[in-house]
Amino acid sequence: MSKTVKLNPPLIDKDVEVLEIGDRVLVSGVIYTARDAAHKRLVDLLAAGQELPVDFKGQILYYVGPSPARPGRVIGAAGPTTSYRMDSYTPTMLQLGLKAMIGKGKRSPEVIAALQQYKAVYLGATGGAGALISQCIKKAQVVAFPELGPEAVHRLEVENLPAIVINDCQGRDLYELGVKQYRRTTDTRMEPTVCR
Amino acid sequence: MRQIETAAITKAVKEAAIAANYDLGEDILAALKRGEQEEESPSGREIFRQLVENAGIACNERVPLCQDCGLAVIFVELGQEVQIVGGDFEQAIQEGVRQGYGEGFLRKSLCHPLTRANTGDNTPAVIHTEIVPGDRLKITVVPKGGGSENMSRVHMLKPAEGRAGVIEKVVATVKEAGPNPCPPIIVGVGIGGTFERAALLAKKALLRELGSPNPDPELAALEQEMFQQVNDLGIGPQGLGGRITAMAVHVLMQPSHIASLPVAVNIQCHSSRHKEAVL
Ligand code: SF4
Repeated sequence: MSKTVKLNPPLIDKDVEVLEIGDRVLVSGVIYTARDAAHKRLVDLLAAGQELPVDFKGQILYYVGPSPARPGRVIGAAGPTTSYRMDSYTPTMLQLGLKAMIGKGKRSPEVIAALQQYKAVYLGATGGAGALISQCIKKAQVVAFPELGPEAVHRLEVENLPAIVINDCQGRDLYELGVKQYRRTTDTRMEPTVCR
Repeated sequence: MRQIETAAITKAVKEAAIAANYDLGEDILAALKRGEQEEESPSGREIFRQLVENAGIACNERVPLCQDCGLAVIFVELGQEVQIVGGDFEQAIQEGVRQGYGEGFLRKSLCHPLTRANTGDNTPAVIHTEIVPGDRLKITVVPKGGGSENMSRVHMLKPAEGRAGVIEKVVATVKEAGPNPCPPIIVGVGIGGTFERAALLAKKALLRELGSPNPDPELAALEQEMFQQVNDLGIGPQGLGGRITAMAVHVLMQPSHIASLPVAVNIQCHSSRHKEAVL
């Protein structure tokens, strides 16, 4: 049975070890954002032996490029972007102590293995629910690479941001298992084909 | 000749771009509400519930439906009895996109393909113009998200692969996309024409009102078969497993070369945004 778990970063091994695929999580506290261009910058900084603008140890990274905030608002729409584009950078980020990522869509076998190795999880937020998710964001501040616009690294303060555990630290994948449960072959199909 | 001012075109494009990003079409909203009732998987029903709520917040609070406010694809049907006056037609459209994405607080998501430097104002839009009979100008603004566009494919089949091959490719494309294009999706299929025409047909097919039948009985039957097989995949809302992967499959077809069978699959996420203006 899946459970609902509250997550408040910074996280330690024990916090992620209890998470299983299908669990619902509600994230509150400080999280950081990064997508394609920011990942490239971070990894380039590391390669050049320079210090990173954020210490990712125990943190949660949200793959998002928000739309601009209206005056007086915290942020615009802020739903997840597709995660596979970050796959090649992810093992490095996990090595730095990152404990969870929030995004949407499949991860590579390398990422799934790295989640096991470093004890971390991948969480799925609802893609295309950018207006809804924006309501969970109470504060937003750009902390690195402002020149990247929506791709800048933001520090977000969130309250009960809803997500679901897609890959746990035991190497399991909700996308595989959930779909299997509902897949039909021609023989197992229940309804007859109706032509309009 | 009926004259239309470029300033009116700019204004129409701007307003349509904003409206498309904030106000989900009634047909899509109705399909999401139906999904909330009909989806078997509990997590799938929860996703539909969130998406219905999201549409309400977007409309009432003026927050875009999705942070990916899309590349603006513009379909133009220009009546042959219309004369455009007051400036450059395409520039007027681009200016409308620039103003809409600026004043509407929409995300600027266009960049140089290689350096990845953002163009800053979400231009250039991709414009498809058709000359049609009459003295009207119809402009449809379609903000297209990157997540679902990335999962779209063009396949050049061998004619021997036939109808079954076409169905197989459509289903395989949706399967490969899995959770990435934010299901529940709408599947646009273009069959025939040339390499680029098939892709254009697939995109155009997405504009048909959701839930409306294909007027061509042959294509309606094909859509029904594809729809069934796509939903048999079990991908479900957000790929978490469920009965509703696609809310519809829409097909457009035209004759192809005797040596070819092009099939394009344009995947559209549930954030299916398009607004039209007729001048
Ligand atoms: S695929 Fe569609 S719903 Fe998903 S993030 Fe992109 S634009 Fe938004």
